[in-house]
This record gives sequence, C-alpha cells and structure tokens, in this order.
Amino acid sequence: MGYNWNWGVLLQPVATGEGATYLGWILHGLLLTAALTLAAWLLALLVGTAFGILRAWPSRLCDAIGATYVSLFRNVPLIVQFFIWFFVVPEVLPTAIGDWIKSITPSTQVFVVSVLALGFFTGARICEQVRAGIAALPPGQLQAAQALGFRLPQTFRHILLPQCFRRILPPLTSEFLIISKNSAVASTIGLLELSGQARQLVDFTAQPYESFIVVTLAYIGLNIVILRLMEWIQRRIRLPGMMGA
Amino acid sequence: MKTILSTCLGAAASAVMLLLMPVAASGQNAPLDGTLKKIADDGVVVIGYREASIPFSYYDDAKNPVGYSMDLTAIILDRIKAKLGKPDLQVRKLPITSQNRISLLQNGTIDFECTTTTHNASREQQVDFSNTFFAIGTRLLTRKSTGITDFPDLKGQNVVVGAGTTSEILLRKMNADQGMGMNIISAKDHAESFLMLSTGRAKAMMMDDALLAGERAKTKDASEFIITGTPQSREAYGCMVRKGDAQLKKLLDETLAELQTSGKAVAIYDKWFRSPIPPRGLNLDFALSDDMKALFAAPNDKILN
Amino acid sequence: MFALEWDTILAARSIIGAGIAVTLQVTLVAIVGGIAGGTVLAMLAVSGSRPLQLFSKYYVALFRAVPLVMLLLWFFLIVPQILRAVFGLSPSVDIRLVSAMVAFVLLESAFFAEIIRAGIIGLSKGQFHAAAALGMTRYQSMRYIILPQAFRAMLPIMMTQCIVIFQDTSLVYVISLGDFFRNTVSIGERDGTLVPMLLLAGAVYWAICSGLSGLVRFLQNRTAS
Repeated sequence: MGYNWNWGVLLQPVATGEGATYLGWILHGLLLTAALTLAAWLLALLVGTAFGILRAWPSRLCDAIGATYVSLFRNVPLIVQFFIWFFVVPEVLPTAIGDWIKSITPSTQVFVVSVLALGFFTGARICEQVRAGIAALPPGQLQAAQALGFRLPQTFRHILLPQCFRRILPPLTSEFLIISKNSAVASTIGLLELSGQARQLVDFTAQPYESFIVVTLAYIGLNIVILRLMEWIQRRIRLPGMMGA
Repeated sequence: MKTILSTCLGAAASAVMLLLMPVAASGQNAPLDGTLKKIADDGVVVIGYREASIPFSYYDDAKNPVGYSMDLTAIILDRIKAKLGKPDLQVRKLPITSQNRISLLQNGTIDFECTTTTHNASREQQVDFSNTFFAIGTRLLTRKSTGITDFPDLKGQNVVVGAGTTSEILLRKMNADQGMGMNIISAKDHAESFLMLSTGRAKAMMMDDALLAGERAKTKDASEFIITGTPQSREAYGCMVRKGDAQLKKLLDETLAELQTSGKAVAIYDKWFRSPIPPRGLNLDFALSDDMKALFAAPNDKILN
Repeated sequence: MFALEWDTILAARSIIGAGIAVTLQVTLVAIVGGIAGGTVLAMLAVSGSRPLQLFSKYYVALFRAVPLVMLLLWFFLIVPQILRAVFGLSPSVDIRLVSAMVAFVLLESAFFAEIIRAGIIGLSKGQFHAAAALGMTRYQSMRYIILPQAFRAMLPIMMTQCIVIFQDTSLVYVISLGDFFRNTVSIGERDGTLVPMLLLAGAVYWAICSGLSGLVRFLQNRTAS
C-alpha cells in the first residue's frame, strides 16, 4: 500500500500557485462552513417563522399554504433539494433571470444556493416548531388579547410570538448544530466548505489520511464551540420558572 | 478513533510489507507476486472505470462501462486470465472518480485502472504507470458564438474544469500568474463540466481534447461547439498499478505494446473515435494525432513534456 | 429541456431499478442495525456502570458531531481494508455498498440510542422498583418490563427516524454508490435531461415520504385515541 505519512504537506504551498498553504485552504473552508451555517440559520428562522405564523393563523387557506410548504421541504432529501435549487431553478425561471443567475461569480452562486437550500429545508422544521409553540400556549392568551382590542397581527407580534420563541429556544438552537453538519452536503454542488476542502486536498496532495483527520477534527471542534454557545444563550434567555431546558 | 486509526495503520503496514517485498526476477516462470498473486489467491480481479468519460470509459444503455479504455482493459483482463491459467476469473468493476482513484488503488479496493489518468511526476510518487495508451493535449471547448479562440480570451470569464485534473492546476496557475480574473468552476466529472458549459454557467471548458470531443458529441447541437486554443500541455494516459508492482506493470506494458505495434490499437481507435458510438450512435470524428502516431510506432511509458 | 422523455426513462428502467434496490437495502440495514446498536448503547447509558456510560456518551457525541457526508467518505476511502478483515468479505463484494451500510449502522445507532434512552428515562421510577419487587433481575426487568414500554412510547419517533434514514441514504451519492438518486442523475447527465430527471427524483421521494409520514400520523392518532 505504501502510505507515507506526511503531516508537513499541510504547511506546503498549494500546487495551483495561488500563494496559500493547504492548511490555509482548510481554515478557509472552516470559515465558509461557519458563515454558511449562520446565514442559513437566519434564513431558516425567517422562513420558518413566516410559515409557522401562517400555520397558526386562524384561516384554513393560510394553514394549507403552510402545510404544503412543510410537506414539500420535509419529504424530499436535502441533496435532491440542493440539486433542484442549483440545476433546475435557473432553467425554470424566465430565460433572462436564469442567465443573470448563471452569470454571477460561481463561488457566490453556490454559496447563495447553499444558503437557500439549507434555509428552506431547515425552515420547514422550524415552521413546525413555531406552530407547535403557538398551539401550546393557553387559548386564553388569544382571547384576552382580543378582549383588550388587539388586532390579530398585533396579537401575534406582541403576545403569541414572544412567548412562543422563549418556549422553543432549545430546539431552535439545536437546528443551528444540525445545519452545521448538513452544510457538508453543499460540497456536492461544488462549494469548497470544510468537507469540500477535504476532497480538494485529496486531489492535490494525494495524502487523504492527513486531510481527513484534520477536517474531521475541525468539525468536532466546531461542534463543541456551537454546543457551548447554545448553552450560554439558553442560560441568558431562559425565563425563570417557566421551563426546565 | 485512536484505536480505529492504529488498526488501520496496522493493516496498511502489513499491506506495505507485502507489496514492497523485493521483486524476484520476474521472468516467465517466476512465482507470482504483488497484485497478480492477490488476484490468483482471491479468484477475483477488481478494475476501475469512469462513469462519464466519453469515449474512453462511460455507460452504455445497460449501464455497462464501455469505451476505448474499456476495450483495452478487456484485452488486458484476458491476458491476466491466460497468465494465471484461470479462464473463469471473476471480474469486478468499480466506478472511480479523479478524487478517489489513487486512494482506491492504494488501499486495495481496485487492482489497476486504465481509464483517463495522466501519467505525471507527482502521481508517480504514489503509484506506477504502465506504457502510455493515449496522448492528448489540454484545450478548450466553447460555443462558437462566444468568439473565444484561445486562452487569453478567457480574461474575466467563468471557466469550468474537472476537479483534481491537470487542467485544473494549469488553469488556476495561469489565473494566479497572469492575473486573468477568471472564475474557475471545479466540476466533479466531465458530464458535470459539460453541463456547466451547455447551460451557460461557464463560457468555456478546459480539458483533454479527446474528452472534449466526447462531450461535444453528446449534444444535439454539436455543430455549435468548437474545440480551440493552444494546447497548454501534452499528456500521456497510462494504466495505474500499485507502486512497486513490477509483475503486473510488465504484463500491462507488453500487452499494450503488442496492440500498438500490431495495428490492433489503431482498429480500436477507429472504432471509438472515427465511427458511431453508443448510446446515441454519434461519431466523434477525431483524427489520429501526431503524438498518437509516434506512440503507436514506438510504445513507451514516458511522461510527455 | 423540460419534456420528460418517457422512452429514455423506460430504456433506463433497469438502471433506475438497480438504484432503488440499493436505496432499499441500505435503508433496511441502517434501520435494523441502528435499532440493534441503539438499544445496546441505550442499555449501556442506563447501566449504572461509569465506564460503560461514558463509552455510550462519547460514542453518541462523536458520531453526532461528524457530518454524514464526511462519515461516508471516511468509510469509503479509508476503512475498506478493515471492513474486509473484520467481516471476512470476499473481494467480489461491492465495497461501496458495505461501506455505506456500516457507516449508516454506526451513525443511526447513535441516533436510536438517544431516542431509546429518552424512552427509558421517560418511564416512571416505579416501573423499575415494581419489577425489582417482583424479584426480577436487572436484565429481566429490562427485557420484559422496561424496553417493551419504551419502544411503544417511542414508536412514532422511531418511525419518523426511519423516514429520515430513507431520505439520508441519498447521500451515498458522495461515494458514487449507484442508489436511486445517483442513477437518476447520471442518466440525466448522460442524456442531457438533468432537469426533468431531478424533478422526477424529487417527486418520487416526496410521494414515498409523505405517504409514510401520513401513515405514522394515522397510527399515532389511533394509539392516542
């Protein structure tokens, strides 16, 4: 088999003459994974909350729209969704828009597509959490708000959502962790995040073991950092006496 | 993890010992060693193929790998069966990519591969190469309407290359050295590269000219595409075998040399490059290059350029 | 580009069929192996032995920290040699399929362990005490009292996890194992029909998964009422 361990390869300048080291590539991948995770989580919160409100809104039509979104994005595998966002969407849109999308710098393109794919996929899960969070509130809340003369949007904005969010904070932060791992699927459409860099390193260094070990450790480190961050946020925001974890 | 690793290293180390054992004079009747011995012991040979490298190695409609390289592989397999005296040797075919081909060969998953792997100095440190079976130049495929005729025209454009190919290294170097501001897309295989080109995501695609001809032949509007540009490198395709596997390399070298000098290789060339090929019955119409003529006249295992 | 060429799909039906077979095999092995491994890990977690608890805890933490894509690549590129040795596989076995199955079983064991452990902890302490009062050994009370109840309570979540596994098997794409999704994509790339083929793949997954989740909801309502 003739495998020669060579950890020094990580500090060598890259073969493509771009003035970086292979370790630099890995760090760049780590940054990209972190940025992608954060952006996708924010989008997921936005989309998930919007559709979650639709599902909780006292209207059959709104509920049906929300339910359709959840059904579509939860019942199709993530990698298929990535491929559809990347390959299908620009072809289905009007030609002018499709061409404009395709003329964007490729690295930006795959990053944006990855944020969209991860954001909408995770949004479907958050939507269900928001719906359940609102449903779990005592119905008296809604009635009391209306008795006080709140209109429906105001009720959601000032009464229901704030309580719902504090309640569902733990699952919302777990979604952050889940996105950080799901983000590895972005490498299949060519985003050079952590796992993408691992494969690129294998291409150029022919030292697969070193690359994989370093990248795996980076994922584990990222995981630990996110877990600590989650604990910290939950301690800060938890309502005293309202719920355990 | 530590224990997994150490077991892994243990297994690797024993494999190393096995393969690096001094090669005794590998004459006709020398005892089998290296991969040939492994094949004889297991009763199975595992070869690598590419899923979408037209016309070297790609799927026909029944999902069998076919192509120029696959024909050569079949002849080599016959030779192995004859040498081992095992006509019923089991053959297992495994799809490989540019990313995993070297790892899979090193870790024993495949025994050898003749597909579209360029013989170069950095790979030579990890694996051994047989005699060259094809010679290419790395050029561009683009739509005629783009007006791109050579590499300097690529300034500021989106260009696609196959991930892990020599073209990728050459193009990225060119981009860095000459500050051309190209956006380089690395696609996982040739089919995806061509997809980027045909859907307009990339203005041009850089690759081995023979493969470019193969991709072009896939489309219904093949006449809209041209292969152009000064070759940035001349490259020799060889079969990869594990490092130090002299016996298998010798068998491959002899088989290929005989095909090339006897004219059989030209016939196989004509079958795949100058006649209609499956699955759509398209003709690549790709003439035999000077490098190829030189190779067929004098078989060798040299790196080109 | 959008017209589904039914005749090309028909011509490729053997490829798609082979892909479906691979998807189902990996899913099935992942579920069965994952539940078995998960049960063992969950028992370790509530075993009362400190080293066993720690092993279970770190196993679950490790496998849940690494993305599935990385795990599959690890098992494909690096571990085949060990797999061969451990299982005594004949070299004619498709190593990608085995790699994928092992990677999935190890990962899903971690997920099922969490589900089952939560199920066990969710039972009231009285169950353990009552079993002990009846003179049952620890093993007996687990086998006859605790696990059956934990499984029943966790059935909907476990079934949902099975649907997730079915979806996740599509990630074997990264080790070029020809499952349903990968084979659909390669036909699309070969014939220049990627757009319709991707939509077809999405529709098939959607139909199967939403059908199954409907079934889970139906069973859930029936047991609830």
